[in-house]
Amino acid sequence: MAEQDWKTNKRVFAAVSLPTLFWVIVFFLVPMAIVWLYSFGENKGLTEIEFSGTLENYKRATEWLYVTIFGKSFAVAALVTLICLIIGFPVAMAITFASEKWRPWLLLGIMLPFWTNLLIRTYALMMLLGTQGFANKGLGALWEGTSWIKTLVGLQPLPTWEPVQLLFNNFAVVFGLVYVHLPFMVLPLYAALDRLDRSLIEASLDLGAGHFRTIMRIVVPLAAPGIIAGVMITLIPALGAYLTPDLMGGTDSQMIANVIERQFKKANDWPFGAALSFLLIYAMFALIAIQSMRKKVPEIR
Amino acid sequence: MALFSRTPRAPLEYSRTLWMRLWVGAVMVFLYAPLVVLIIFSFNDSKRNVVWRGFTTKYYEKAMGNDQLVEALLNSLTIAALATVASLVIGTFAAVMLWRFRFPLKGAIDGTISLPIIVPEICLGVAFLMFFAAVDWPTDLIWPFNLGAITIAHITFCFPFVTMVVRSRLATFNREQEEAAKDLGASEGQVFRDVLIPHIKPALVAGALLSFTLSLDDFVITYFTSGPDTITFPVKVYSMVRFSVTPEVNAASTLLIILTVALTFVALKLQGVKAIAETH
Repeated sequence: MAEQDWKTNKRVFAAVSLPTLFWVIVFFLVPMAIVWLYSFGENKGLTEIEFSGTLENYKRATEWLYVTIFGKSFAVAALVTLICLIIGFPVAMAITFASEKWRPWLLLGIMLPFWTNLLIRTYALMMLLGTQGFANKGLGALWEGTSWIKTLVGLQPLPTWEPVQLLFNNFAVVFGLVYVHLPFMVLPLYAALDRLDRSLIEASLDLGAGHFRTIMRIVVPLAAPGIIAGVMITLIPALGAYLTPDLMGGTDSQMIANVIERQFKKANDWPFGAALSFLLIYAMFALIAIQSMRKKVPEIR
Repeated sequence: MALFSRTPRAPLEYSRTLWMRLWVGAVMVFLYAPLVVLIIFSFNDSKRNVVWRGFTTKYYEKAMGNDQLVEALLNSLTIAALATVASLVIGTFAAVMLWRFRFPLKGAIDGTISLPIIVPEICLGVAFLMFFAAVDWPTDLIWPFNLGAITIAHITFCFPFVTMVVRSRLATFNREQEEAAKDLGASEGQVFRDVLIPHIKPALVAGALLSFTLSLDDFVITYFTSGPDTITFPVKVYSMVRFSVTPEVNAASTLLIILTVALTFVALKLQGVKAIAETH
């Protein structure tokens, strides 16, 4: 698999590289550079922006209000990732050890929602979680049932059921993000578990370790790269999520993306929005750097 | 547990344990119940979504009669088709470049190509908003040229996925085939067309499907690049959802879900379940 030096066949290299390079530079790097430049500018009048090299926008981003929003976004994304990992790991295990006949269909079952429009999925969840939705009706029926059983055994019945607010709060945001991001977690986990050498698990079981111990001591360490990949693939989009907090959140469930959007639509403060965008991008880079650092550790040992 | 299994369970058959089955079943219900409810209630004969009032298809007629919605759907499909074709070309070229050649700054270029996958959607959307404002992109073009800005934005985040799947497929290519073709007098173009393309065809199908769905699915980036005359389907549904929750939205959503499922099954027919699963 020797790679060819580009100089040995310049004509072909130019043919395959020029379209790519043109596109990446003009329609990706230039737009990103514009955002970066704007983040050092300031508003002069309604549409005029001066590139003064000011750090004022970044300074404003360290105000308590924005720091808490960044912190909260991280907390929400981390919580969502953790829940996805807890829900997704057994599913990935089940798919890995399913029979040949079932495995592709289980995978398809996980992937089909992933291909379905995000907005439609969010909307479907909103319908279900509304005060008149099925989730509330189900909880109400459960409540009535408990109340009825209590009267049967001679206890005081519960007070009448009041619909709970499941939508437009932080709970809804976390729930919605888990719903949307679960396939992102399951697929890389499955890919990692599928590569696992099964004889190691069998050896562990033969030597007397229980299933739980085998999973914690053998499967998890061996599948660690896949677990980390799944965590990153879930954490990064969850951190930059816009649609779910916007549609399902309340006034106190704003995430970074919503604040950025506001700078460009309602607040019309492009330089500040640009600075926030780049802070979000830097946060992603930091996460990826941490991940690649962790990957190198076992190689050194 | 033993009551349910006829043959004794082997130690590694985790998927045959009862709690595993319950867990997977619960997750599937979690993933599909909202969509099933959405589809069922698109046939509900009631203005509000909550109570079942009998079967009707009138909201489908209403959705199909909604000119803005139909136009938005047409726009979305046009953009997705254009973005898919362009992403396939650019993505394949990029994959071939990275696979075949050694050149200065390769690592940096490789990283930059996959960057649009990592950069948060909102940042990419903002970047395109500023870019098209800075270059004074014309907004009064006739259809389909007015979709240019959105299509460009979509190509930027779609083609890295094509590069990714094509590249992993190229890794299994036997270079000797290429040399044999060249020895037999094939030109570079012929080798590309008759040897390389047939080999990477499964990756091209997967990449096309991925691009098409990603483009059709995108809301955030489109939201920042669309003008008043260039509404796409997700942007239109978004404004409808914000305004009110009606069965018409359900009907329109159901149509798009059917389209997605149909596309998936076309891909299945072409490649089989396993191949599709493996490309992900």
